[in-house]
Amino acid sequence: MATIVEIAEEKALAVKDFEFTYAGADAPSVKKLNMPIAKNSITALIGPSGCGKTTLLRSFNRMHDLYPGNKYEGEIIFKDRNILGVKEDLIQLRIQIGMIFQKPTAFPMSIFDNVAYGLRLQGFKNKTELKDRVEKALHDAAIWNEVKDRLGHDANGLSGGQQQRLCIARAVAVEPEVLLFDEPTSALDPISTAGIEELIVQLRERVSIIIVTHNMQQAARVSDYTGFMYLGELIELGRTEELFVTPREKLTEEYITGKFG
Amino acid sequence: MKNIIDTIFANATRMIAFGVLLLLAWIFTVLFEHSLESLQAFGFDFILEDKWAPNLEKFGALPAIYGSVVSTFLAMVLAVPVAIGIAIFLSEIAHAKLKTPVSVSIELLAAIPSVIYGMWGLFYFVPIIRDTFGGVGISMLTAGIVLSIMILPFMAAVTRDAMNTTPDILKESAYALGGTKWDVIKDIIIPYAKSGIIGSFILALGRAIGETMAVTFVMGNVHKISADLTEPATSIPVALANEFAEADSDLYYSSLFELALILLVVSFVIISIAKFYFLRRKRVGQ
Repeated sequence: MATIVEIAEEKALAVKDFEFTYAGADAPSVKKLNMPIAKNSITALIGPSGCGKTTLLRSFNRMHDLYPGNKYEGEIIFKDRNILGVKEDLIQLRIQIGMIFQKPTAFPMSIFDNVAYGLRLQGFKNKTELKDRVEKALHDAAIWNEVKDRLGHDANGLSGGQQQRLCIARAVAVEPEVLLFDEPTSALDPISTAGIEELIVQLRERVSIIIVTHNMQQAARVSDYTGFMYLGELIELGRTEELFVTPREKLTEEYITGKFG
Repeated sequence: MKNIIDTIFANATRMIAFGVLLLLAWIFTVLFEHSLESLQAFGFDFILEDKWAPNLEKFGALPAIYGSVVSTFLAMVLAVPVAIGIAIFLSEIAHAKLKTPVSVSIELLAAIPSVIYGMWGLFYFVPIIRDTFGGVGISMLTAGIVLSIMILPFMAAVTRDAMNTTPDILKESAYALGGTKWDVIKDIIIPYAKSGIIGSFILALGRAIGETMAVTFVMGNVHKISADLTEPATSIPVALANEFAEADSDLYYSSLFELALILLVVSFVIISIAKFYFLRRKRVGQ
């Protein structure tokens, strides 16, 4: 059984007996997993490659539904409902639970249009309102000063770190309640990485954050809670400072001290 | 010893590569040389003159140019939307089980020799056009339709390939913002694949404008400019395929060569434009 620390905060999400099986796979990639996610906190998911951390992350916004044949079991409770239900409105869900990917994914359009994209999908047409929301989002993502004079330029002209912050601006523009980060700095240099980490910490005031990272130092630096996953199971969830200093599970200790990974 | 082999090999490949350039120059020279008489006789008027009367020794390329342009334009107008539709279906909508058989049959269609499209057009489409729109059935419209069917598989296949190069992560980013399948296709995939798609259209255009066998059967080779699409017409390759055997004067012969020269130059320009788009796509992709 997993060791799960008591969460003091309100919960943003609760994972209950969750199992996930990829199309055509014999065994589930995530097994009978139970896990609370604290509100307005940063929860990091760590573990060796193939442990199921990204698979779990992509379940929170039902990304797996884009590919046929994948199977969810159990429950993920978000705002008093199970989001794995067949009646779940995936478009609304993905507006409330945003995602940032491993690589910057600037769309082939201008900087302004990138940030306005999610708002326009929701039918925002009023130009001043759109402009205000885009500007606010760019401020929130700490990139406004760098792009304010070239909002009409192609977003692909930005550097990798800037593009990733643009993607964060794009995600926060629709004011989600939860943001999922899937190894957001794995394609970035150390300076850009530091900028993104700082930004993630700042965003905690407004959104609940779950971040998958292969980098234990990153988890230690940014997160409030850390979950260690191994072979599709959650081994331990604890407050970050405790989990890294005094892990309760032997496997966790072995992983964070580099005995395997 | 190894060095000598390398040098010989390098020089041999270099010679072969230059040989291709030489071949191109050679073809161009031959066409130009044989066109000289017509160039001198008619000058620039050759492409503006709408009369092609071998018995009067009067040759104007305008009807053939007009026929080439209009039949190609018709083919593109008919084929482009269908090709985009097929490509979207194959890259985004079709279930995996359907994707392969449909893709393979489209590639098989692209492999059908154009003479077969021509025969099929003559025996199947000509009567339909005759019964539906009147006229003799052998017409500009028939040629446009047969051409569109001929270029469609190639266009659909290349457009699908271009769309397939859109990274999954880019599409997922749009879905993650609450996009529907349609939003993702129109806002992400088509803009991302745009240069590749346009390049494939221009290549198809190049094929259509130079296509000979498929249209020779159904166009009629009548040198006359008519706004009525159900009238027989001609195009540069159709005129060339039909008339060399009967070119009984030097000027007639030379005029046909000048037609060929025009076609070569036009094709060249079209391929260059397509190349430009493909190169741009590569740059964008990096």
